[in-house]
Parts: sequence; C-alpha cells; structure tokens
Amino acid sequence: MDLVAILSLLVSSTIVYSTPLIFTSLGGVYSENSGITNIGLEGIMTMGAFSSIMFNLTFASSLGKITPWIGLIVGGIVGLIFSLLHAVATINFHADHVISGTVLNLMAPPLAVFLVKAIYDKGQTENISQSFGYFNFPGLADIPVIGQILFQNTFAPAWVAIIVTIILWWILYKTRFGLRLRSCGENPQAADTVGVNVYGMRYVGVLTSGLLGGIGGAVFAEAISGNFSISTIVGQGFMALAAMIFGKWNPLGAMLASLFFGFAQSISIIGNQLPLFNHIPSVYMQIAPYAITIIILVLFFGKSVAPAADGQNYIKSK
Amino acid sequence: MENTANVIEMRHIIKEFDGLRANDDINLTLKKGEILALLGENGAGKSTLMSILSGLLTPTSGKVLVRGQQVRIKNPTVAKDLGIGMVHQHFMLMDSFTVLENIILGHETTKGPKLDFRKAFQQIQELSQRYNLNVDPNKKISEITVAQQQRVEILKVLYRGADIMIFDEPTAVLTPQEITEFIQILKELSKEGKAIILITHKLEEIKRVADRVTVIRSGKSVGTFDVAGVTDNRLAELMVGRHVNMRLDKPLATVGKTILQVNNLQVKNNQGIMALKDLSFNLHAGEILGVAGIDGNGQDELVRALTGLQHVNTGHILINGQEMTNRKVREITEAGVSCIPADRQKYGLIMPFSISDNLALQSYYQAPFSNHHVLHHDVINSHANQLIKQFDIRTTSSSVPVSDLSGGNQQKVIIARELSRNSDLIIAFQPTRGLDVGAIEYIHRQLLQERAKGKAILLISYELDEIMQLSDRIIVLHDGNISGEVMPKTTSDEELGLLMTGVKKEGSSVA
Amino acid sequence: MLKVTPRIKKFLVLTISILAGFLVGAVIMLIWSYNPFEAYSSMFSSALGNMNGIGETIREATPLIFTAIGFAVASSAGFFNIGLPGQAQAGWLTSIWIVLANPNMPKFLLLPLATIAGAVAGAFVAGIAGWLRAQFGTNEVITTIMLNYIVLYSCQYLMQQVMPGGLRIDTDTTKTISQNGSLKISWLTSMFGESRINAGIFLALVAVVAYWYLMKKTTIGFEIRSVGANPYAGRYAGMSTKKNIVLSMLLSGGFAGLGGVVQGLGTYQNYFNQTTSLDIGWDGLSVALLGGGTAIGILLAAILFSILKIGGLGMQTIAGIPYEIVSIVIAAIIFFVAIQYVIGLLFKTKPQTVVDEN
Repeated sequence: MDLVAILSLLVSSTIVYSTPLIFTSLGGVYSENSGITNIGLEGIMTMGAFSSIMFNLTFASSLGKITPWIGLIVGGIVGLIFSLLHAVATINFHADHVISGTVLNLMAPPLAVFLVKAIYDKGQTENISQSFGYFNFPGLADIPVIGQILFQNTFAPAWVAIIVTIILWWILYKTRFGLRLRSCGENPQAADTVGVNVYGMRYVGVLTSGLLGGIGGAVFAEAISGNFSISTIVGQGFMALAAMIFGKWNPLGAMLASLFFGFAQSISIIGNQLPLFNHIPSVYMQIAPYAITIIILVLFFGKSVAPAADGQNYIKSK
Repeated sequence: MENTANVIEMRHIIKEFDGLRANDDINLTLKKGEILALLGENGAGKSTLMSILSGLLTPTSGKVLVRGQQVRIKNPTVAKDLGIGMVHQHFMLMDSFTVLENIILGHETTKGPKLDFRKAFQQIQELSQRYNLNVDPNKKISEITVAQQQRVEILKVLYRGADIMIFDEPTAVLTPQEITEFIQILKELSKEGKAIILITHKLEEIKRVADRVTVIRSGKSVGTFDVAGVTDNRLAELMVGRHVNMRLDKPLATVGKTILQVNNLQVKNNQGIMALKDLSFNLHAGEILGVAGIDGNGQDELVRALTGLQHVNTGHILINGQEMTNRKVREITEAGVSCIPADRQKYGLIMPFSISDNLALQSYYQAPFSNHHVLHHDVINSHANQLIKQFDIRTTSSSVPVSDLSGGNQQKVIIARELSRNSDLIIAFQPTRGLDVGAIEYIHRQLLQERAKGKAILLISYELDEIMQLSDRIIVLHDGNISGEVMPKTTSDEELGLLMTGVKKEGSSVA
Repeated sequence: MLKVTPRIKKFLVLTISILAGFLVGAVIMLIWSYNPFEAYSSMFSSALGNMNGIGETIREATPLIFTAIGFAVASSAGFFNIGLPGQAQAGWLTSIWIVLANPNMPKFLLLPLATIAGAVAGAFVAGIAGWLRAQFGTNEVITTIMLNYIVLYSCQYLMQQVMPGGLRIDTDTTKTISQNGSLKISWLTSMFGESRINAGIFLALVAVVAYWYLMKKTTIGFEIRSVGANPYAGRYAGMSTKKNIVLSMLLSGGFAGLGGVVQGLGTYQNYFNQTTSLDIGWDGLSVALLGGGTAIGILLAAILFSILKIGGLGMQTIAGIPYEIVSIVIAAIIFFVAIQYVIGLLFKTKPQTVVDEN
C-alpha cells in the first residue's frame, strides 16, 4: 500500500466513525448551553438508530437511493420526540437532569428491542440494502494527492455534519437566538428579567439534542452497523458526551473532539492494515483512544468549565 | 381621583406566597420626573412590590396603572414595552458574556438573522457618554469592577429606552465618592424626565436625593411623606415599627496583648494576580479592628490567607505569637481562630444539613462529639439544643435543615458555632449582610460582648456605618495595600471614602 | 387533596411511581396485544412463587446491592461514578484469577484474599478517576466512561494473552473455580431449589449495614457528605476536598469491585470474556437512583429490580412476552421517581409538630 492509499483509507474511516459523534455531540452542546445537562444522548442515539433502520428496511424498495437520507430525518424526528421526555421532566417537572437523562438511556434499548421483537418476531433486524453512497467532490477531487485523500470517494453525511457544525456555531455565537439560548445556560434568572423565555429556550435546546442525537444514531446504524440490535449503540452516546465536554461545550470544539475520537477508533480498527501500526499488540490500539483522551484532558485542559447554570432547574415564581 | 401626572399607581397590591402575604394592601404612586424612595427593612416586601412592577411576579390582587391606564404586567417584556426598567440589587448579569452582550440581551438589534454588534456598540457608546457611564463594552463581566457592573445594569435599562427606572439598593456596593457620583447620575436622569424609584434602607441617601418617601413594614404600607418634612428618626421608627436606638453603647476598650500579627503579607489571588501587596498590621485582645474598603480590594484574599484557604506568597501571619503562615485550615482553627464568612450559604453552612450538624461542623472530629471516628449524635444534638437556646435561634427543632431558616437565623447558627468555640481571634467578614435591623443589632451586641471578654476581633465590612460604629481602630484596604489607618472618633466618611479610593492620608492626592 | 405527613407522603409518592411504572408496561403490552395480567402474574409467580425463583431473585439482587452502594457513596461526595461496570469487571476477573491460581490454599485464606483483592481492583480503577479529579480537576464523567472501555479491553487481553493456559478452558472462558474459592453454600443451594443463591447475599447485607453506619455514624461519612453537599463550606471547616474525593472514589470502586466478586465467586463460578460493559454496573446505577441513595432504599430497590428481572425471564417463557418489557417498566419507574415533584402535588403535607427532645 502506498502512502496516499493509506492516508485516504485512514481519512475516510476516520470520517465515517466521527460523523455520528459530531451530530450527537452538537446536540449535547445545544442542550447544555441552554442549561439542561443531557446524559441521555446514548438513549436518543439508540432510538434514532432503530427508527432509521426500520424505515430503511420498509421503504428501500420504493424509495431507492434516497432512502438512507430520509432515514436520517426519520431518526432525527424520533430522537426529537423521545427527547421530549427529558425536556418535560427537567423543565416543567423539576427532575434531576442526570436521573432523567439516565432514564432515556435505560428506556431506549428495551423499547427499541421490544418493538423489533413485536414487529419482526426476532431480536435483531435484517441488514439494510440501501446505504449511503460515496461521492467525489466535483473539482476538488481532481487535485492531486490531497484530492485523492480528502475528496474522492468520501462519506457524504460527514460533509453535512461539518456544514451543520459551522451553521450551529454561527447560530450560537452570532445570532439573537444563540445569545438567548446561552443566557439560559448561564444565568436563567437574569435571562428571565430581560424577557427571555427560559422554558422555551430550554425546550429548543433539548429538542435540538434529540434531533441531532437521533440523526447521529441513524448515521451510525445506516453507515456502520447496517442493522439494528441491542448491541448497535453501545457507548457512542457516551463518547459524544465526552466529545462535548472535551470540546468545551462549543460546536467547533465538539466537532474536533469527535474527529479525534473517530480517528482513534479507526486506527484501532484498521490499524492492522497499516505499516508501523500492525506490529503493536491490538490491545494497545484498542485502549489508545480512551487512554489518550484522559491524558490529553489532564495535560491540556485541566478543569473543563460547563455553562454556569448547566444542570440547574429554573423554577419561575409566579 | 389622582391627577394624570402619576406615571405609576399601584393600588391595594396583595401578593401571597403559599398563604404568606409578602405584600398586604400596598399603595404607591410615582410622579413624572420625581425620585421616590421606597424605604423598608429586609423582608418588608420592597423587592416583591418592585418585581410586580417589572413583570417578574403577578399580584394576587390589586391594580397597577401606568400613565393612567390600567395594565397587566404579565412578563418583563410587557414592563419593557411600558418603559419600566429595573436595576436589581443582585446584578442580573452573565459573568462569561461581554458587557455588550449583557446590555443587548432581550432587546437585540439584528441585521438580517445576525446580531448587529457594531450598531449596538455605537448606541452603547452614545448612552455611556451622554450619562457619563464609562465602561468598555467588549470586556467580560467577570473582568470589571462591581461599580462598573452597576453601570452596565443602568445602561441595560437605558438601552431599552425606559423612562420609569427602579433601583434596588443601588449604593450597597459603592464607596462614598461613588455614591456621590451615582446620586449625580440619578439627579440627571430625573432632570431628563425619568421617574425613579429608589429602594433603600439608608436614611441619609433618601435625604440627599429623594423627593418623597414611601415606607413599608412587614408587607403593609405605612405611609408616604415629603422628604423635606420628616426627620431621620421618625423614618427609622416608621420602618422598624418601634423606637430604635441608633447608637450602640460601647464601653472603652481595654486593650491586651497582641493576638494577631500580619507582617509584609503578599498573596496572589486565584487568577495569579497579586491581590495583597505587602500588608502589615496588628490586632490586640479586647479590640475591634475594622477593615474598610471597596469590595475587591483584597478583603477576600486577606480572610482566605488568615484562615489557611489561600497560599501566602511571602510574609508572615502570627497568632498568639505563633507562626501560622500557610498552615492547614484546621491547624489555624485549632490555634484559636473563628471565622464568620461573608457568604454564609456558600461558605458558612451546608444548607441541606440539620442545624445540629451545621453547629458541629468545626468540632465533629473531636471528643466528645466523636471518638475513634464514631459520631456521638446525642452529644451533637444536646450541644445544638444548648446553643439554640443561648443564641436564640428560632426553630422548632435542632433537626430542621438550615435551608428552612430565615437569613437572620442562619447567620445565628454560624455565629453560635464560631463564638461558642471560645477562640482568641474572631474574623467577622460582612457579618450582617442582608439582615434586618433586629438581627443586625443582635450580631453587633454579640461582637461587642466578645470584645468585652477580651477577644480580638477583625471586622471586615463594606458597610461604612458598621465599621464606624463598632471599630476601635480602622484600617482601609485599597488595591491590596493599607491606604491609611484612622480612628473612628476622629475620622469622617469623606476621609474614609478618599482612603478607599486610594488617596493617601496626609494631603497629597495620588488618585 | 389528601393531607398527610411528609414521611407518609414520601411513601405514597414512591408507591404511585412504582404502580405507574407497571401501568406504562401494561399500556405498551396492550398496544401490541399482549395480556398484561398474564404477564405480571407469570412474572411474580416465577420470581417469588417457588424456592428456586426466590433464590434466583436474591442471587440477582446480590451484586446490584454492591454496585448501587458503590454509586451512592460517590454520589454522596458529589461525583457521578459512571464507571461501575469497569470497576465491577476488574473485581470479577481479579477474584477468579486469584482463586484459580491458588487451588491448594485453604478456604479460610483463599476466599477472603480473593474477595479483598477484587475490592482492591475495583477501588484501583475508580481511584484513578478520583485521583485525576483531585489532582487536576479532570471531569470524572469522562474519565470513568473511558476507564470502562480501558478495563473492557484490558480484561479481554489479560484473559486471552496473559492468563496461563492451564487456568482456561479456551480463550474466552476460564475453568470453574474450586470449592475453596466459591461463595456457594450447599445447604443454601438445596434450600432454594438448586438455585445459584450464595453467601454473597450475606456479604451484601453486611455491606448495607456498613454503608449506613459509615455514612451516618462516622466522621468519615460526615466529611464525605459535607464535601459532597457543599465543597466550599467543607473546606472552610477544614475538611480536605482532595482527600475526600479520592477516599469516596476508592470506597465506591471497592463496593463495585465486590459486586463483580459475588458475580464471579457466587453466580458464575468462572470468568468469561465480555464484549460490552457489565450490566450489573448500569443496573447498580438504576438501583441507587431508585433507592434514593439510602441503605434501606438500596436494599428494597435491588429486590424489586431483581423480581422484575428474574420474573421477566419466566414471563418470557410462560407468557411469550418479550423480556424487554421488564426493562421498560424499570426505566418508567425511575422516570416517575425523578418527577416525584409532580406526583407530590397530589398530596398536601400537614404542618409537622415537632417535639423537642430536651
């Protein structure tokens, strides 16, 4: 294998593994910037994964190539609906955010598997037939070397994720809505005194995390696992949560952290195909992403600071 | 029945919380261009009344008229649209946001979907020049002083085009000079036709700036008076509901041996900036040493260094002649130091814990409260019951969580815990913050009693009145240095104010 | 509106939460045309209807009591220990390994040694997260999540590459442990219809009492609770936040490690390769939340949890209803416990008249 081929393999695999994390961690960023801790990303991803696979299996024959893309939307919508549970519990019913988020994680896998069993009469689904194709960036793909590494045969949802990241960053820091959303995570009482609708903003934050977490789960299911079972989403939501913290609750930071996790994960998976790496015992490659995360966190970040009122209920007096 | 020059009329306002009446049939009128003082003790219902006016609370019953029209101010946006703006006592600011972001929040100017930062910047610049409210719009709130934060709050209200402005205890955090400047600002605002309500419990300010004063006491209106026609003493009586002795009896100090020596103390704060620069002073038994100064001039670091919570870079702290620099908190405590922290809920108490547990917080690890790591709850409880009696803590039981107590009783729990330990040195940091007159009097008397017992008391306070009343000597902190030492009998508010802003004693101004 | 005392209110709210959880399960079953009555009756009869069922229920509860206590200790100190699965797994593998490696050691030495070593292994894993938090302020949620994976893969590696071949059947399963290291007691097994109940339950009961005593009756627990409820006030009162962070995480991991020990030396009598994080870790978290972090609450919650889990297996075979309904009911119960503020609005509390002891 030549260097360019190796790099393009590494890049494309990194991108595939990063994409679900990017979407989901962005959701976390919005939820927590509005002041609602969301440890339930894992559960949201599970629902997104389940529903997108169901949709894909049901409609692939009639919808063809576009199926997985609509599957993303379906996963997002189901994730959004599922996250309503967290929103109502924390915003209106004064629930502890961590407990409520844990409920999402506890609820989603059995609910999804129950539905799979009730519908298909078996514990896991068939493999989907329509997955995301690979596409070449017009123009950019023809650049020598770089084009081959970055822009040929790329995973299209990844580019969507990167564009969404930039848009969400811009919304969060440059628009009125973003300013108001962040104010609810920083000091909801003060936000209330200047007429910001704290409850409304927090709903938007949580539901955004539902939408994006659902999409993240759908990307994972349709692009990586190919079917749905109890072991489809095992820890990706927590990785996304870690990416959000790692990225300091900033969309760009969360994306970079997700790319790092994706890179580390793909090294551990395709490492045996790579020169230099193929002599390292696989256990080190498997552990590396997690150990490196801890080390980086300790060395360069120290204490990560969440939005000041993240996780605190705001109870409006009437 | 009243003329239309009234911009605000509040009639028969009642506000209940869980059956308790915070406002009980209150009437208030505000005329165009006047400054109305709203006088009352902590907990009298002033803030509740003003929260109703600014749309944060809705009244249980009663009418609100703005410019003669009956209105229902159901949220802050309605208040804003009616031209009502409030500067809260506890600033409503986002520490991690810039000044500009804080000012525009809720009233943003946009260009398309984007916030128009440039236009907002210009508008803010114009306002701050016009009203002489200097502050850098691009600084973060966490980077500016308290006085500047207040300017941000005022700018927030002006930015929204308010012509009815409510100020809740605005001078509590300011120096005498800053208060003078602030009063100037108030007068200019009213000259421009703004109607102003000034919530305060400082009689002197009312005299200086207000046209009329409405007094409320335990939720009820006591009356409204022309400021020119009423005396301080009368107002104080109306506010408290009984005759108040505005002077404390203070016998002469019998000063004993040196308890606390602070030599050339240098301390960096958590941001790594030198917050105390070469501080030296002594404190003797039987003496109250007042430390005056504006918030943020090294008071926090001084207390933290003395109690072992902050690392001392150079210099020495000696207690009873013993070297105590950079010792552990517990070693310092055991060497005879008690501390009443400024923020009682953050530092002084564990809110969900019972009164008993809070009273044992400094001694739980010692006999008779525990042996070999095993707690003796019977001893802890009987100790608590004894202190509850001795310090008159109002509660049904020692097992009640302190979060259920009033602010005054919470403070009594801390006072009881710290004073009962019979320490030689008592550090009292803002010991009466946010308390009503009765509780303040009580705490002052306790401190004087300790002084009579021969304790050394370091009183750090931002309330000049408190420092002047209690201290035997006063040192003034400015920018991490002692800018002067004065005697309460021979100094004046003006002199202290100058020292607090760093103008050195004996003539030549350095400001 | 019903007027009740706060204590009764707490009880009623909890009861309603549990019933509401079952109701959610029933509704879901009805939607998919399963019979909820048949489901729940088969569930309770298989979990509690015979000695084997009861034995299995108790056996199921045993490790959960440990992991739940582990979660609760860290939680009292203000930490969210999401690393229980890894800590339990470390305890499991360690204890099995020690027993297998010392087949000739007498039982009175081997069993305590293996048990303590398992606890130490769990404490070590959690202690890393605690130490990093104390020393560098590193967020424990991230480190414990990461440690779960590190333990998962390390155990795979240790099992497959490091463990002497003589201790294993194949690369995925160890040999069964000898009597000398087993928590099984023959009279207990036969009393409960040859179920896998074992002496672990006695250890678990001891742990419940020890947890209660530690938190409520000792200065150590007082400090942990103080620092957890308000670290600033704790420091002001001379407590060391760093010491308490590390200590509480060590205790937390130690209890979680014991959860793994009883799973290995009690339930399975061996160790086999895990592909995902251990269930008893996650379930312990749920049990602790359901039990409100109190000793008695954890015990009762663990039993309820186990009735559902063991009964669910019976329900699946007898009534043909997917087992997952059980986990949905559990999640729903915890949800209702989380929103107890709303359920509490159904009742008004009587003003309490407190009689002073003095």
